[in-house]
Formats: sequence, structure tokens, C-alpha cells
Amino acid sequence: MHASFTTTLKIGSALAHQHIKTSWRGGYILLSLGFLFIAIILLPFGVGAELLLLQKIAPGLLWVALLMTLLLSLEHLFQSDKEDGSFDQLFLLPIAPELAIAAKLVGHFIAMIVPLLIAIPLAGVLLNLAPAQLPPLWLAMLAGAPALTFLGGLGAALSLTSKGGALLTTLLLMPFYVPIIIIGVFAEGGDPIPLLILASISLAACLLTPFAMIAVLRPPLLHGVAYKDKENENE
Amino acid sequence: MNKPINKTGQIFNRFEAYANPMRFMALAQHLHFWVWAAALALLAWGFYQVAHVPPDYQQGSLVRILFVHVPAAWMAMFIYSFICAASLIGLILHHPLAYLAARAAAPIGAVFTLIMLLTGALWGQPTWGVWWVWDARLTSALVLLFIYAGYMALWYAIEDDTQATKATAILAIAGFINIPIIKFSVDWWNTLHQPASIMRLSSPALDVAFLYPLLWVAAGFTLLFVALLLTRMQTYIWQQKYKMQKLKQQWK
Repeated sequence: MHASFTTTLKIGSALAHQHIKTSWRGGYILLSLGFLFIAIILLPFGVGAELLLLQKIAPGLLWVALLMTLLLSLEHLFQSDKEDGSFDQLFLLPIAPELAIAAKLVGHFIAMIVPLLIAIPLAGVLLNLAPAQLPPLWLAMLAGAPALTFLGGLGAALSLTSKGGALLTTLLLMPFYVPIIIIGVFAEGGDPIPLLILASISLAACLLTPFAMIAVLRPPLLHGVAYKDKENENE
Repeated sequence: MNKPINKTGQIFNRFEAYANPMRFMALAQHLHFWVWAAALALLAWGFYQVAHVPPDYQQGSLVRILFVHVPAAWMAMFIYSFICAASLIGLILHHPLAYLAARAAAPIGAVFTLIMLLTGALWGQPTWGVWWVWDARLTSALVLLFIYAGYMALWYAIEDDTQATKATAILAIAGFINIPIIKFSVDWWNTLHQPASIMRLSSPALDVAFLYPLLWVAAGFTLLFVALLLTRMQTYIWQQKYKMQKLKQQWK
């Protein structure tokens, strides 16, 4: 039952491509971009539109806005697949389900998170972010975003079978996002070490969370499927 | 029950014998009263000692708050580690009582975390001049409270019990990463909260007059946790039995 490397790559890219297409067609990308800008536009009303104050707190505000938008985008990650039943097909593919779900998350990263990262400089302009502050902030977000996405996938997987919805996902993910945002804010000075820590957290999250997600999501009836197929081959 | 194959098998069988709720209940009912009695006696003795501790030369009587704060913090971390270990056992050995123990322990741990945060704030206001600072240890302790909250919320949010056991176990194991962060936060970052003075490689930096009452209270809290855990697990099993009985009667 083990597909070759090229087949695995083909199936994985097809899954990622399909997720990007559905995100675009469903309008989720525009919705999340709209949410990011609404959050950014509302913040100066809350804290006062003093330009110097805004400049000082802009990196933190941008991090929080990014996190909120990302958390809301997670609802769309598995929900529509679960509703139309195509979700169970992930487990019947000839590739390991861990790889399939990782491909899906890569698709989510490209479709939903990359547009947000591209929009961050523009959002920074609205908050009077100093041009010198932008590169380290943007690099830190780029290094941390894969971790946010993959941990977010775990949160979405955990709350998928529950009745809690987006609120529960937020509660579950908050403890995991706090260290990332703390280290991300450390990276503002242009120091490379927080960036490296963020990147290593991202790598660890990309490697480990697919296994946790599959352990949560595997439908109970499919527990022995791969094993049985092997037995049949021997016959 | 299968016959034990070897020594390891024997140990596992003995351990798994208590996966049977009825066997567990028999043992728990024997232990229940004595654990409660020992816990209350230890706590009474511990707090009696705390009341007779000489006042600190800098903090005066305020130091007595720490005899609740420090053991509560130990318990908060210990109970989370317990939940994590129980979840691992549940996932690997499919031990139903391990899941039940993890589930029953969570609210107890959350309350100890809350006690730790509240006593810390009460002590911090007169000593540091603020109720709360965003220092590494305080923040990671607050994060621990949120992990407990998320864990309990997940139990309530998933209706299907087998789904819930798996999902909560994985959340508990993933959240364990916070425990070393809490433990070492004061060593890694030089912040307002003081570093460890008891659990360290060299001898404790605490006078015996303070150390012994602290250890008595910690022992009392530990037994209190075991007692509460036994009560909660028994209550849960009885609840399940009651539901089954009701279903049976409805069938008739």
C-alpha cells in the first residue's frame, strides 16, 4: 500500500491545490483579509489615534490582528469537508493520512496565511509602523506562521467533533500561541536568535502535529484498514 | 484474564486488573475514608505549624501566605503531569480508568492553579506593590490555567465519549510542553519572581523552621488530591451505573 515518492508528491499537491481552490471560490480569502483590515482599522479608535503611540504599539497590534484572523480562518479548514463527507476519503488515499493532512495544511497556509502576510505591510502603514520596524517583524511572522498554522490545525481537529466551534478552538489554542507571540515580539530588535527559535518551533510543529491530528481525527471504524489490506496482499 | 507470560506481563496484568471498574471500586471504597482522614489530619497539623512559624525579618506575618502558595504551585504542576501520564497510559494501554482519572483530576488541578495565582497576587500586592506583573513565571502559570480550562471545556464539548477521551488525551500531552517552561522560566529569564529555593541540586535555601511546615502542607495537599480524586472517580462510576440502570428500566 505504499505509494512511490512521485505519486505521494502528486496526491499531496493535488490536495493542496484543491484546498486553495475551495478557499478562493468560497470567498474565504477575501473574508479573512477583510477581517484583518477591520481589526486594524478599529484599533486606533480603541487606543486613540496618536501617531507616536500607534507607532510604538503597532508590532504588537499587528501580531494580535494576525492571530485573530488566523484563528477565525481555522473553522473553514476541515468543516466543509466534514459536512460533505469528503473528509473520510483522506484516510482511504494510497498515501499515509499524516502526509495527506500535512498537504492540506500546506494548502491552507498558501491560500489563507500568505495573503495575510502580504497584507501586513499595508496594515502597518495604517498603524504608522516605522519602515525600519517592518523587515524584522515581517520575517518573524513568516518564521512563526507555519507553527501557527499547524498548531491551528491541531486545534481545529480537536474541536471538529465537538459543539464548541470557534470559541473552543480559541480557548484550546491560546496556550500554544502565547509563547510564539512572546518570541515574535522579542524578534523586533532584529536579533536573529528569536527568529531561529521561531523557525525551529515551526519545523517541530510541522513534523509532529500531523501525527496528533490523525490520532484525533481517524474515524473509529477505519482503525484496522491499513493493516487488513496488508493481510490481503499476502494472500 | 490472560495468563501472564513473563515478569513484565505479570506486572502489567496486576496493573490492568484495576482497569475493571468493579475491582477499582472495591479497593477505592476501602481506601476512601482513610485517605480523607489522613489528608485532613496532615493539613491540620501543617497549618498548625504554619501558625507557629516565626515571622520573617522582612515580610513579617505575610510570609505565611507562601505556605499555601508554594505547595499549591507544586500541586498545580504535579496534577497536570499526572493527567498527562494518565492520558498516555490511556492511549497506549486502552485503560479506561486512566482516562477517568485524568478527567477527574483536571478540576482539582485547575483549582490548585487558581489558589496559586490568587495567593500569589495577595502576597505580591504588599511585597512587590502590584497585584500582577507579566513576568515569565506568572505568565506561564496563567497559561497553565488556560490549558486546564481548555482541557475541561473539550471534555464537555464532545458528546461522544470515545472521541472525547482521545481528543483530550492528545491535548493533555501537547500541553505538557508548558510544564518545563513554568519550572525553568525563573532560571532562563531573570524576572521578578524568585528562583527555586527548595527543589534544587544544592541544599535548600530555606531555614528548617520554614521548610518543615511547608513540606507538611505539601504532603497534606497531595493526600487531599488523592482523596478528592477517589471521591470524584467513584462518583463518576456511580453516575454511569445509575444511567445504565435507568436505561434498563426504560427497556422493561
